Amino acid sequence: MRIVVAKPGLDGHDRGAKVIARALRDGGHEVIYTGLRRTPEEIVRIVIDEDAAAVGLSSLSGAHSVLIPRVCDGLRDAEINDVIVFAGGIIPEHDRQSLYDVGVRAIFGPGTTSTEILEFLSTLDERSESGEPVGVGEEAGWHW
Amino acid sequence: MSDSIDLLQEARDGNRRSLSKLLTLVEEGNPSPVERGTGLSLGITGPPGVGKSSLIGKMIDVWVDRGESVAVLAVDPSSPRSGGALLGDRMRMTNADSSDLVFIITLETRKHPGGLMDCLTPMVDILSECSWENIVIETVGAGQSEIRVVAFADRILLVDGPDRGDIIQAEKAGIMELADLIVINKSDLPEAERAAKAVKSGLSVGEDETTPDVLLVSAHSGEGIEEMVDALANTTTSPDRERLRVRERLISAWDSTLLTSNELENTLQELEKGSITLQEAVDCIRKEG
Ligand code: B12
Ligand SMILES: Nc1nc2c(ncn2[C@@H]2O[C@H](COP(=O)(O)OP(=O)(O)OP(=O)(O)O)[C@@H](O)[C@H]2O)c(=O)[nH]1
Ligand SMILES: [Mg+2]
Repeated sequence: MRIVVAKPGLDGHDRGAKVIARALRDGGHEVIYTGLRRTPEEIVRIVIDEDAAAVGLSSLSGAHSVLIPRVCDGLRDAEINDVIVFAGGIIPEHDRQSLYDVGVRAIFGPGTTSTEILEFLSTLDERSESGEPVGVGEEAGWHW
Repeated sequence: MSDSIDLLQEARDGNRRSLSKLLTLVEEGNPSPVERGTGLSLGITGPPGVGKSSLIGKMIDVWVDRGESVAVLAVDPSSPRSGGALLGDRMRMTNADSSDLVFIITLETRKHPGGLMDCLTPMVDILSECSWENIVIETVGAGQSEIRVVAFADRILLVDGPDRGDIIQAEKAGIMELADLIVINKSDLPEAERAAKAVKSGLSVGEDETTPDVLLVSAHSGEGIEEMVDALANTTTSPDRERLRVRERLISAWDSTLLTSNELENTLQELEKGSITLQEAVDCIRKEG
């Protein structure tokens, strides 16, 4: 799978994103890492230009409830409905449901192992093969 | 094919998503709707971590300021040395992601056992057909296979660093002979000037007027960047370098034929068992090709 790993906003914590980028690559995926401090608009642009199938957003600074929905909206506005959005970082339990509601399919907190993320990705493959919704513009409801 | 013709039409009209979809199709080995060999590209190579991506980021700024568009094909953006800066090409060209004049796409050679030759040229052609004015290929100049990637470009810029080790690497990889222009990046560091002298004196061994220029630049301070962009626009290649590139291209086509041959697995097994000789193996694959 071709995956963009992105850091939206002013959040300067990039260790986790790099760990994840490397883990996904070692797991056989093609990974494009955006580097720090990207706007939601830039992230949408990168997903389009790189023809990515998924985008993983890393947020540790507390701005997830603002920035992540903006990326999701941006993708839908550009009619990129089949791209999968998932996230990780410091995202408290009580903020998660509203992110699932805007189309995020998984949220991974501290201590997540790469095995778990790779499992999530292969589940996605299975789901999309059987025609079940996984994309950001497809029916919400299912999440990891 | 009809798919790709529609995508091409939309891409020509400025639809970026159609462009990236079309490039993916061609990367996956589907036929290109654009005539082969119609686009021109600039190959940028050099040892790991010398600042190729950072320089491209600065070149993008110059081109965009002048109203010119630029597309970058970043090949394998994870060089062995800069391991820490994983997949760092794109992240060093940040100013690029908000301008409509810039398009960056990443390619992984890991997906192409036969080399990139079958997709690189058609991708450049498509970008050119869609009116991208400057088309840049970035590849790490660390070994033979990377040299062969850059040999598909029409002009080659070698980026070297101030460390002696960088220069030795570039020499070992054999890129010196292919380059139309050489720049020593990180001129803000003390050793850069000396590195430039060393490279110049190395080049003047067989000196004639076609010896490439050596410029000092800095992606950090911006020194020499405009001069470099202008020098690139004016540089011509020499027949010697052109012959070397044609040679590298032929070798890559040859390798690709071998590595994608249906007989490869079989032949390897026979060789392992010792039931055929190497010469017989070569003959067998040639017949099949
Ligand atoms: C190291 C660290 C820093 C380093 C960052 C170095 C770097 N380059 O990354 C430095 C010292 C610079 C720093 C600065 C700050 N930090 Co700090 N920092 C931490 C700390 C201790 C560890 C983060 C870390 O690197 N963990 C290791 C990595 C591997 O784990 P991870 O990032 O969580 O990633 C894992 C998962 O979350 C997940 N994941 C993460 N991203 C993604 C993405 C995808 C796609 C997926 C699938 C999974 C995934 O997978 C990873 C592997 O398991 C945390 C506390 C903590 N324990 O988390 C605070 C913490 C994140 N920092 C915090 C704060 C407040 C700050 C500062 C504002 C000031 C301060 N008080 O120190 C500044 C802000 C800097 C800035 N510009 O953003 C707060 C954030 C509070 C909040 N969210 O409400 C935390 C939570 C500490 C706290 N309890 O207060 N920090
Ligand atoms: N001092 C100094 N450092 C630079 C300069 N240009 C790049 N760097 C630094 O060199 C490191 C590598 O830069 P990149 O642009 O990623 O180099 P690269 O050649 O593209 O690297 P790979 O693609 O990984 O081979 C980064 O830490 C840059 O900040 C420069 O002009 N001066
Ligand atoms: Mg680079």
